Amino acid sequence: MERTAVRGRLSWLLADVVELIPETPRVKSIRLRVPGWTGHLPGQHVDLRLTAEDGYQAQRSYSIANPPEGENVTITVELVDNGEVSSYVHEELRVGDRIELRGPIGGYFVWEPARGGPLQLVGGGSGLVPLMAMARSLGGAAVPARMLVSARTQEDLIYRQELSRLPTEIPDLRVDYTLTRSQPDGWKGYARRVDRAMLGETTFDSGQNPQIFVCGPTGFVESVATILRELGHPPERIRTERFGPTGG
Amino acid sequence: MTFVSRGFKGRRQVEAAADRVPPGQYVTDDFPVLSAGPTPLILTENWRFTLITEANEELTWNWDEFQQLPHEQVTVDIHCVTKWSKLDTRWEGVSLDTLLAGVKTSARFALAYSHGGYTTNLPLADLTGGKAWVAFNYEGAPLRPEHGGPARLLVPHLYFWKSAKWVQGLRLMDQESPGFWESYGYHIYGDPWKEQRYAGD
Repeated sequence: MERTAVRGRLSWLLADVVELIPETPRVKSIRLRVPGWTGHLPGQHVDLRLTAEDGYQAQRSYSIANPPEGENVTITVELVDNGEVSSYVHEELRVGDRIELRGPIGGYFVWEPARGGPLQLVGGGSGLVPLMAMARSLGGAAVPARMLVSARTQEDLIYRQELSRLPTEIPDLRVDYTLTRSQPDGWKGYARRVDRAMLGETTFDSGQNPQIFVCGPTGFVESVATILRELGHPPERIRTERFGPTGG
Repeated sequence: MTFVSRGFKGRRQVEAAADRVPPGQYVTDDFPVLSAGPTPLILTENWRFTLITEANEELTWNWDEFQQLPHEQVTVDIHCVTKWSKLDTRWEGVSLDTLLAGVKTSARFALAYSHGGYTTNLPLADLTGGKAWVAFNYEGAPLRPEHGGPARLLVPHLYFWKSAKWVQGLRLMDQESPGFWESYGYHIYGDPWKEQRYAGD
């Protein structure tokens, strides 16, 4: 596995909240401007830190949703039941507020166009976030890319409009969908949990030797990664990130 | 001057837990799964644990031999660098003191290596003195594959990425050699009480 140089110390930075974008009833994107940001790779994450007046602090990690673009960092936060940080982000945070973060963190679950393709993305629920940073970085890279997106309902599907638009802007990108719980009238995508047949139909086969990134809830990632191995992909080509039910 | 997040009150840990939860951590009842790749399926009949000394001497146990070694049951708190802590987790395994008892070594460091290519580095002193185990049971049942089964390292006083899943062996070394996450910017030692999450912390 390739290695990157160990970086210097990660300092806490004060970010400005520039825009809050509702993605679904339970998911919000927060566009931040981070003076001092040194850049990131698609797939990396940040640590967010909240501090109360008495000094009490809470931290959580969030994947970065945007490709590298100067001092701009966008995160997408799902509201977790009783989530200490996610409930603050959803219910209290406003444009003009400031918030502390540090990053970028992580160097294994990353992809950028220079790494070539084919690029295979498989995302479940809010596990789509780091994969979206990769898809958004495709641009005119001419890298063959496919994305399989799983959500419970159409309403739960984050980045819905942008996802439907992306393949028209990026001809080398194909996006397939499955809605596991309920489907709108006239739904043309899949209507079940991701399984072997679906992965066989929608993903690059092992002969094409894709770089594979799988992100979602633990059960989703365990199942998808196991099937991909059975389909002949070498384990070292399958990079995973799991979102447990906790987080906050 | 400390920054204050406007309107943030926070949900503090209950008093009893407060001194058991390192800074920046929160308590969860779940057992989240974090791994960089697919879960390897390892049958116990193929399982081996190997100690390799700095002189390249090898000591290997198969599953049955390993199970003959004295077991210890421990209840410990675990702390993941992704911020969750889990209190009073119950494990059963073989102490590294037992495994290292017959080994002649003057090495100061160890690199744990796992099925699937994962590695993590630790000072040997952090693996001895009743501080570390190779654990195969969790909460009274065989450790599940996604949590590192059949057996994982258990070093609860360091962040949990040091407790290598699917552990295959330990290489004892004179020099410290960064493991997998340590090479990606995570802290070389990883003490949760000093909040040593990333390089330079």
